[in-house]
Amino acid sequence: MNTTTTPSQSVYPVTPDQGAAKEAILTVIVDNEPGVLSRVVGLFSARGYNIESLTVAEVDVEKHRSRITIVTSGTEQKIEQIKAQLGRLVPVRRVADVTKESDALTRELALVKISATGDHRVEAMRVAEIFRARPLDTTHTSFIFEVTGARDKINAFLDLLRPLGLTEVSRTGVLSIRRGAETD
Amino acid sequence: MTTALKTSGMNEAVSTAPSTAQKSGAELVLDALEEQGVDVIFGYPGGAVLPIYDALHHRSSIQHILMRHEQGAVHAAEGYARSTGKVGVALVTSGPGATNAVTGLADALLDSIPIICISGQVARPFIGTDAFQECDTTGITRSCTKHNYLAQSAKSLSGIIHEAFHIARRGRPGPVLVDIPKDVQFEEAAYTPRAEAKNRNCIVVPDIKNNDIEHAVELMRHARRPVFYTGGGVINAGASAQLRALARQTGFPLTSTLMGLGSFPASDPQWLGMLGMHGSLEANNAMHDCDLMICVGARFDDRVTGRLDAFSPNSRKIHIDIDPSSVNKNVPVDLAIIGDAGEVMDAMLAEWRRRETQEKHDKVRIAEWLMQIDGWRARKSFQFEPADDRIKPQHAVQRLYELTRGKDVYITTEVGQHQMWAAQYFHFDEPNRWMTSGGLGTMGYGLPAALGVQVAHPDALVIDIAGDASVQMTMQEMSAAVQYGLPIKIFIINNAYLGMVRQWQELLHGRRYSHSYSDSLPDFVKLADAYGGHGIRAEKPHELDAKIEEMLASKKPVLFDCVVTNEENVFPMIPSGAAHNEMLMGGAVTGDEISDEGKVLV
Repeated sequence: MNTTTTPSQSVYPVTPDQGAAKEAILTVIVDNEPGVLSRVVGLFSARGYNIESLTVAEVDVEKHRSRITIVTSGTEQKIEQIKAQLGRLVPVRRVADVTKESDALTRELALVKISATGDHRVEAMRVAEIFRARPLDTTHTSFIFEVTGARDKINAFLDLLRPLGLTEVSRTGVLSIRRGAETD
Repeated sequence: MTTALKTSGMNEAVSTAPSTAQKSGAELVLDALEEQGVDVIFGYPGGAVLPIYDALHHRSSIQHILMRHEQGAVHAAEGYARSTGKVGVALVTSGPGATNAVTGLADALLDSIPIICISGQVARPFIGTDAFQECDTTGITRSCTKHNYLAQSAKSLSGIIHEAFHIARRGRPGPVLVDIPKDVQFEEAAYTPRAEAKNRNCIVVPDIKNNDIEHAVELMRHARRPVFYTGGGVINAGASAQLRALARQTGFPLTSTLMGLGSFPASDPQWLGMLGMHGSLEANNAMHDCDLMICVGARFDDRVTGRLDAFSPNSRKIHIDIDPSSVNKNVPVDLAIIGDAGEVMDAMLAEWRRRETQEKHDKVRIAEWLMQIDGWRARKSFQFEPADDRIKPQHAVQRLYELTRGKDVYITTEVGQHQMWAAQYFHFDEPNRWMTSGGLGTMGYGLPAALGVQVAHPDALVIDIAGDASVQMTMQEMSAAVQYGLPIKIFIINNAYLGMVRQWQELLHGRRYSHSYSDSLPDFVKLADAYGGHGIRAEKPHELDAKIEEMLASKKPVLFDCVVTNEENVFPMIPSGAAHNEMLMGGAVTGDEISDEGKVLV
């Protein structure tokens, strides 16, 4: 509309657009108790934040701690707000912004199904080798590959396989951990 | 499993305290409440909480007030909490009991009121079977509580209740719900004392940094146009004394949000009145033109800021808050100090005094600013045209204030025009005297809240300034007031309209009063009689004072039907989508004041 001449008239607490949205990977350490995942996810939906991927599993059986890795996006201010809101949840122990750490490792695992015969089959196998994807299952008309790597690598792998008979994908979402001796 | 058994076995061997005795879950709940200092519960029984009610039957240390609706029970607990600074407790049954409590919980969450709501749940084996009066209480209340629990066993029960109180009180206060299946209430277990309970921290509040305090005081000493913008956080932190000390030391003018009224005396010359949509001209103009804003325990709510991009454009902003998520949420600030309002202001005051010994603060710096504010104040933005033949609502509140001055008075309100008039024309010199639903804007809040206040302060004068529409939402609580002899005064500003809806329809929707006229209002005087209370009606200005005196003299709950002019608007007003310095004043309003963009806003 006339956004260039009149600034936002909203009295709602909408965050003014300050800078471009960027992706952020948040690591959330939580007490593994009933309902904790729904508290985290509910917070995102209630406040209108994005979730691009979400991974969760118990990582410390004795202390009942789970690690949730969330890929989200927003302006710098929005990401800070998301972290502060997560910090208010009682079972949340720590929140770390992995994207802020230059030394963070991120990985994702995908299972990929190809239905193909003939040349496509051969080509798919060759691409898989280049990406160090492991065939887990094979029939005369299909393969299932397991591939791990950063998200970009998996996206690139899928792009290459798409014309070769890619039929199904299952991805874990991003996992992350800090390099070196330091912990989150 | 074996370790757990072993540990509990060891506890029994080591400790000789009576806490090792096995008791039913219901008794454990009451033991925990007792240890937390609870003396009153507001509740409503039902199938899934019968064991707790059975245990209450022979427990004289805890008084139970039977409300007439679970929403009323939670609001009463809120009123109790806000007027005492303690945690309020509500007890409701499963299913509809819990869903009825939802409005109260959401209200307490938005206004940061410490509440514990205990709800019954169907027995564990029935959970998930769509059993009678079953609902997913923890699921439903997850987003309207600070935290909630489903107690899985009697063993964990007392520990959970202690932690619930800890969470409700600590940091930014809020409501916590504990859902207890009926068979857990029967199950026997040992009691966990408060000292041994788990106390998780929701937010770790960092230590106050000296640097920040020095920086803040530096900004304050250099400011030429400073203003304190204070909110409900000051009252929650019990920091009114610190606020007064800091304000008097600095001489800075001060405004409060709706939630913060009473934290600073309204009779003080430094007081600018309430700010925001229906705040005073001087408060809003001061906010707009200031060069330093010191926000204490307020959250830059949309009712306060108006248009965000025109909000106080030339000021540096200091934000003191206990909740890190409040900082930079709506308005970016220059200096954020996370911490308890009282502690931070103590530190600021100490630093100010330290600097004062080095070099006196030059009061001339702010003299021009104070003169400018006096100029705005001279415009008397709360002035209204009196009428001879009909009572003006503003006049009614004014008279109520004048006639109750010097009394031990607590005010609650419903939501709407009367709420704003109460905030504008009733003045508070002390905190915890003003209970209103600010964040959620819950019509029906005031009557049950007044009941909770009266329970906490049996000898005080408790008045619910109400509207004719709002009061009907929880009118049934009159019955509870009569049952317990709680002489609350319900002062109904009766304009036969949903007044605030009508005002917006007038200003925004071409005077098309779609469904905002309350036809067939009950006869409030007869209604009071029917409940066993005292009914009074005032229709003419000349009879108002005598009728108010009659109300104040009554020992019964009173429904006061104050019949006022029908189409009065609340002014001044920052229209939707406008800035603080674009206030509409009373008088002729054509309806063109609000832009098309503004009309889409609430």
